[in-house]
Amino acid sequence: MLDRVYEKDVAITGIGQSEIARPSQLSGMRLTVDACLEAIADAGLKRSDIDGIACWPGDNNNGNSFSPVGPNALQNALGLQVNWFGGGYEGPGPLAGIINGAMAIASGLCRNVLVFRTITESTARQSNKEASALSNKTQGRDSSFAWQWYTPFNVLSASNLIAMYAQRHFHDYGTTPEQLAQIALNARRNAQVNPKAIYRTPMTMDDYMQSRMISSPLRMFDCDVHCDASTAIVLSRKDVARDAPNPPIRIEAIGSALNQPWSWDQISLTEGAAFDAGKMMWSRTDLKPSDVGAAQLYDGFSILTMIWLEALNLCPKGESGSFVEGGHRIARDGPLPINTNGGQLSGGRTHGLGYVHEACLQLWGKAGDRQIAEHQVAVTAAGGGPLGGSLLLVKD
Amino acid sequence: MPRKLPALNADNRAFWQGGKSDALLMHYCHSCTRFFHPPGPVCPNCASFDVNPRRVSGRGKVASFTINHQPWVPELNEPFVIAIVELEEQAGLRFVTNIEDLAVEDVFIGMPVRVRFRQEDDVWLPLFIKE
Ligand SMILES: [Zn+2]
Repeated sequence: MLDRVYEKDVAITGIGQSEIARPSQLSGMRLTVDACLEAIADAGLKRSDIDGIACWPGDNNNGNSFSPVGPNALQNALGLQVNWFGGGYEGPGPLAGIINGAMAIASGLCRNVLVFRTITESTARQSNKEASALSNKTQGRDSSFAWQWYTPFNVLSASNLIAMYAQRHFHDYGTTPEQLAQIALNARRNAQVNPKAIYRTPMTMDDYMQSRMISSPLRMFDCDVHCDASTAIVLSRKDVARDAPNPPIRIEAIGSALNQPWSWDQISLTEGAAFDAGKMMWSRTDLKPSDVGAAQLYDGFSILTMIWLEALNLCPKGESGSFVEGGHRIARDGPLPINTNGGQLSGGRTHGLGYVHEACLQLWGKAGDRQIAEHQVAVTAAGGGPLGGSLLLVKD
Repeated sequence: MPRKLPALNADNRAFWQGGKSDALLMHYCHSCTRFFHPPGPVCPNCASFDVNPRRVSGRGKVASFTINHQPWVPELNEPFVIAIVELEEQAGLRFVTNIEDLAVEDVFIGMPVRVRFRQEDDVWLPLFIKE
């Protein structure tokens, strides 16, 4: 064990989320403000109590639909007075805002950090169906560190790269389409009891197998569904959190490591950054994978949920296929419920913080019709390829 | 739809223009005698600056692949094969490319391939065909 595990000084005290729509009539800023004010009130705080802001990936200075609102804009819009704020894409994936915010608190810069993530891809696609193509991330020649190695070969979506991880997983471990389907079917079952989910009609194995191929072996139902939404989380210093209306959810351990090249094709095809994050996370706690009561695992693509199951040691490496077979183990009444709100596959691509929001709802017993059995420990993880971060959460 | 082409610079020019002389050029470190990719000014393994582009055979195997069916943009001519090819010179030395001149359903992991360049403007794309 390490001498000091900084994240143990930090707790989640409040959560908030805007409407999830496809598309929303509201602006990205309005969605953000709705989520943030709800989270601040949920934490029993006032705007003046917020002294830090964190966001992944920030607005990249261009306000595009992947992340239209960053910390600068939110500080302005809500009139916040902060000691520290930060955003940006570089980091351990969609949970980087939480990880950075926790560091700001543990280092003594802040007492209450507002973390948020906003996305308006549905609105963007109303006017430009190609808005999210990788080739449109740069104008003219591709000068980006990562994408220049892929776009010349007509890799126009992350699905192409992640499909190659899935193909390799099938090849190395004998994983089958029917096993992969369980991630999508589980998400849809859970979405049916989540009033905010985008897709709520029943899905059968036949529906899955007949859905069109996007990039083999990934079918349409292996790919998440874009939406307009914002999610916000309030992090508080542990001694401050004791006065909060919600029982504090401590950040027991963080996984943010990357010990392989930041690259979509040089990194291990069946492990990605997820395995580095998982190993780090478990090295910072005495808890064990068997203590986990629920897992909210990134499902931007179904294969990534399978990889996270292995990376977090929730099942042995290479055995996620047999682990999810039949879907019973991962169902809401199974021993390891996953993606209990429908994930991003059926719930909507809230992109990262949606998993944390759901983990907290479940820990606090506030998940309504989809509430699972009482538990104290949850894990959330997000990212694929070279992006990967995880959080072990404990309600004392 | 014309392909998106890379912006050339001092580090990546050899890789993208080697095909002009029908040569696949991968960055090589003389200090630790290892190839690395993507190309850069310093070896990520030993931090030596004694690196330069070095010709490789252009032969390798498919490490993984996908058949893209989705028309992300107009005139993409789907379905087509995207692959990660691992070169025979060194385990783990690989990059994303396309496999051409075969029925898309015939590609498989482990398939031997060799490079074939296609010029677009001032870029020679290293594509692969079945060996
Ligand atoms: Zn070297």
